[in-house]
Amino acid sequence: MFVGTEMLKQLEEIKQKAQQEMDAVKDASALESWRVRYLGKKSELTRVLRGLASLPIEERKAVGAFGNELKSHLEEVYQLKEMALKEAQLKASAAREVIDITLPGRRLPVGHLHPITQTINEICEIFTSMGFGVVDGPEVEWDYYNFEALNIPEGHPARDNMSSSWIDHKAEPGGRRMLLRTHNTAVSARMVETLRPPIRVVSPGKVYRYEASDATHTPMFHQIDGLAVDKGITMADLKGTLYEFARRFFGEDRRVRFRCDYFPFVEPGVEMAVECAVCHGGGCRLCGNSGWIEILGAGMTHPHVLQRGGIDPEVYQSYAFGIGIERLPMLRYGIDDIRLFYGCDLRFLRQF
Amino acid sequence: MRVSLKWLKDYVTVTIPPADVAERLTMAGCEVKGLETIGGEWENILVGQITAVNPHPNADRLRRTTVNLGKEQQTVVCGAPNVRVGDKIVFARTGAKLMDGHTGQVFRLKAAKIRGVESAGMVCSEKELGLSENHAGIMVLPPDVPVGMPLTDLIGDTIFDLEITPNRPDCLSVIGIAREVAVLIGKAVCLPEVKYEESEPPVSEQMSIEIVAPDLCPRYCASLITGVQVKPSPNWMQERLLACGMRPINNVVDVTNYVMLEYGQPLHSFDYHTIGGRKIIVRRAYEGESIISLDGVERALTPDMLVIADEKRAVAIAGVMGGANTEVSDQTTAILLEAANFNPPSIHSTGDVLRLPSEARYRFERGISPELAMYALRRATQLIVELTGGKAAKGLVDVYPGKKAKEPVTLSVDKARRLLGIDFGAERMVRTLKSLGFECEITDSQIKATPPYWRSDIRLEVDVIEEIARIIGYDKIPATLLGEPLPKQTPDPMPGLKREVRSALVAYGFTDVLNFSLTGMDMMNRLMPEPHAIEPAPIRVANPMTAEMEYLRLNLRAGLLAAFAANRKHEDGSIRLFEMGKVYIPRGKGLPDERENVCGVMGGFRLEKSWQESEPLDFFDAKGVAETLFQRLGLEAAFETSSDDSLHANKQAAIIVACEKVGVVGEVHPRVLAAFEINEPVYLLEIDLRTLLPLSMAQREYHPVPRFPAIVRDMALVVDSGVTHARVQSIIKSFPLVEKAEIFDVYAGEQVSVGKKSMAYRLTFRSADQTLTDDDASRVQEQILSKLIAEVGAVLRG
Repeated sequence: MFVGTEMLKQLEEIKQKAQQEMDAVKDASALESWRVRYLGKKSELTRVLRGLASLPIEERKAVGAFGNELKSHLEEVYQLKEMALKEAQLKASAAREVIDITLPGRRLPVGHLHPITQTINEICEIFTSMGFGVVDGPEVEWDYYNFEALNIPEGHPARDNMSSSWIDHKAEPGGRRMLLRTHNTAVSARMVETLRPPIRVVSPGKVYRYEASDATHTPMFHQIDGLAVDKGITMADLKGTLYEFARRFFGEDRRVRFRCDYFPFVEPGVEMAVECAVCHGGGCRLCGNSGWIEILGAGMTHPHVLQRGGIDPEVYQSYAFGIGIERLPMLRYGIDDIRLFYGCDLRFLRQF
Repeated sequence: MRVSLKWLKDYVTVTIPPADVAERLTMAGCEVKGLETIGGEWENILVGQITAVNPHPNADRLRRTTVNLGKEQQTVVCGAPNVRVGDKIVFARTGAKLMDGHTGQVFRLKAAKIRGVESAGMVCSEKELGLSENHAGIMVLPPDVPVGMPLTDLIGDTIFDLEITPNRPDCLSVIGIAREVAVLIGKAVCLPEVKYEESEPPVSEQMSIEIVAPDLCPRYCASLITGVQVKPSPNWMQERLLACGMRPINNVVDVTNYVMLEYGQPLHSFDYHTIGGRKIIVRRAYEGESIISLDGVERALTPDMLVIADEKRAVAIAGVMGGANTEVSDQTTAILLEAANFNPPSIHSTGDVLRLPSEARYRFERGISPELAMYALRRATQLIVELTGGKAAKGLVDVYPGKKAKEPVTLSVDKARRLLGIDFGAERMVRTLKSLGFECEITDSQIKATPPYWRSDIRLEVDVIEEIARIIGYDKIPATLLGEPLPKQTPDPMPGLKREVRSALVAYGFTDVLNFSLTGMDMMNRLMPEPHAIEPAPIRVANPMTAEMEYLRLNLRAGLLAAFAANRKHEDGSIRLFEMGKVYIPRGKGLPDERENVCGVMGGFRLEKSWQESEPLDFFDAKGVAETLFQRLGLEAAFETSSDDSLHANKQAAIIVACEKVGVVGEVHPRVLAAFEINEPVYLLEIDLRTLLPLSMAQREYHPVPRFPAIVRDMALVVDSGVTHARVQSIIKSFPLVEKAEIFDVYAGEQVSVGKKSMAYRLTFRSADQTLTDDDASRVQEQILSKLIAEVGAVLRG
């Protein structure tokens, strides 16, 4: 009997035994001791293979090949088991780590932009995309820019609709007086004076009236005024600009109306209204049964206003418009009391 | 201005529904705010006369009433207490729509048997007709109404509630509106025929008129009617006055009001015999002069006010209100009737100073045409003669120093096209203008348009262009987009910064609020722990609405703290608010300095309320907000000691960017908090955006991403407790190889001796052009340590 035959038999036994023992392995430590027993430096396999050297060359080849085959087989068995154990462990720990995912998350504090801020941003975006710049002017203003420059002399009935808060100040040269601007058209009056055509600007900001607060009035509110001056600006352009604004702000399908109105600083004068969103033109309480909601006043800038600013009305034509801001979010969200905008109440502001 | 459709129909044939009239008026400039229909639903309701009242066989309280309807008689069961034979009443047939007198609900009347008696309809109360709340009895009509007439024809009407713009005083009249309607529906206007007999001696012999102040009175016309009998005016006139919102007084005064409503020209009637010296003088009031006006109030006059006077005294405040001394009374037998024109700003200022609103003033201050006076005077004289049995003196007085020639306005057809953006054509423009009463002359491509006498608002070419556009219709103007090249814009960077700061603060949990810019002294005082005068003194409003709205705010703090306190009443979590807006710093002369500020307040917890604990906020949360904000803006902020009165003395820091103070952060002073009734710590952050703006515009510096690895070392030091982090950090960072020096622990306590503290830093060493070795790092670290030992007496902690 060859010595080699005996060795092959031993190797076959190792294989059988290793498989049997592996079947019994249930955890990582048992697996580790199995590895030491069968794949370690002092394993039986190593010991057997060490005897190879004593074999004749022919036998050594055959036994050596089998021995190597066995080694890689055991390694594979080991890896399979290791993977299976890891898998089982993951499953087990996942089963242990159950959380109530319906509990609230750890929230970061959330802030909200004021609906007036949002509306101003939205309107400015619409107009800047049409080539308008955004400008600012003083809230404490000379009576000249608020009134005279805009064709509203002392005693003009239009002043009665804009009761003013006057500033208590020392006498100024020329008897000029300071007041809290009653409309943002005062900024346009300044722009006509400081800018040269072509001009295209909008000015958002606060305006003031000497008026007690109620559901539709506050002594301070916001307007955005627009002004365009150039050689060929027409009333059709005014209509186009404002219709485009309305389309983008109110949506494609809201009807818009342009009607004749009067403001001392424009001629022809315009009032623009959009179809009432509640009754769609049928008439309801919100729109005072007219089916329309006024949203802005506009017109072709009065030649005297341009002249006062040093712009020749024979050469240049101009349009101007003024939009009340508060009204817009009130219509959009159905807010029925303007005072809510100035109440600083988080329960209100958090909704926007 | 309320205009009755029935009255309107005296001058223009209206063939379209009232709602369409309203729509066209609105589009063309006279906005119809409301359309009131009186009797719109009165089908099957007519005038009847009670011919018999018999007891009901089965009910004591009910009556069997016979009603004559002209062509027929009907029997009605009625329970009203005021049923009387002979009375004219309102009868509703079955099928009529009525309002239930008790529930107010609308129902349709059905035939009914009431306690066994057939009732063919109903005799109605005012409430059942929807006329008033009166349901005490049936409505009794005047005895002269014809039986069988539908109620709609008797009292039904449509009232247009018009908003007349200040440039159109001519539309403050029924004829003015009739003219508009006529143009808009393509009909002609038919004015009342004015004719009366002048039988008495000439006015000029019985009266003299002198205008001493022609600058304030361009025209004064008068007529004289003698032998008048003052009594109530007839029903038709009273009804029309009431429908337009005016109270009937007597036939003379009512005529002046009626003609004012009809023509738009205010008139005044004097009791002729009370006028001293038979002389009317139009002059400025004397110093110290006074008059008792028609409302019984004594009015002090000043020399800039215009009065109508006789030889001795003022008898009326011109254009505003008459005087009691010459008032028409029941005893009056002769009337001096005035139709004049006054200077609008003068009337406005007189009315304003005297706080006297009146229908006359309202029209005069809008600048009615002086031409109107004579038309209205003749009409009123006619009506007074008709209604009072009086006799008119021959002729009229007309003093007209302000007469102006009719000036045509030249309109270029091309200019109209260029302004409107559409060519309506010369022919159509002329047709439109003529329909409005303009006289037109066409030469070349120009139209010379002379406005009709009643239009005082047409002076410039653009005024005429508007007339054309509004009558043809603004809806005929196309909508085009600006074709001109885009103007060069030099954008103001402030809106961009404001938007950036706003969105950052919102991201950090702050909610954007708005307060009024006007505030009260009390609010400003609350910001001061120790009372002292406010520097600079805030700008004051001369006519404040309330003490809470008397001053322009100097900062945004008070509004925010008040808002914090108000929200705390219903919020138990954390509150973070900010406001961005202007504050108003007086400058001695000229307009104030309006500085754009942002201020935030925070209190409560670091995280939103939850089922897990969260730490309460402290100073470093507020400072962290500032640091995060400035990092986002690409700026490095430094923090220095600060002494802001409203903040906690030791828990506040000035925010410094590029050596400039841009704001402050800190804990609000406990006494300030108490003044706002806040009983928890609140932290405040305030930034002056105007100072920040130029700094924020600096171009960001780009550094290449590091190519070589860093070496990180920790270093714990023990120093005197007065040594600041900023000092230690700046020493460490003075070495070029130090990229970062972050503090990760500060400790004072048992393991450190008294008066000392331990500070632990994590140092990052990096070179831009080579990989550092451990030896390199150790060498620098030793140098750092010796510098720290030398400069702040640091000891390396073992």
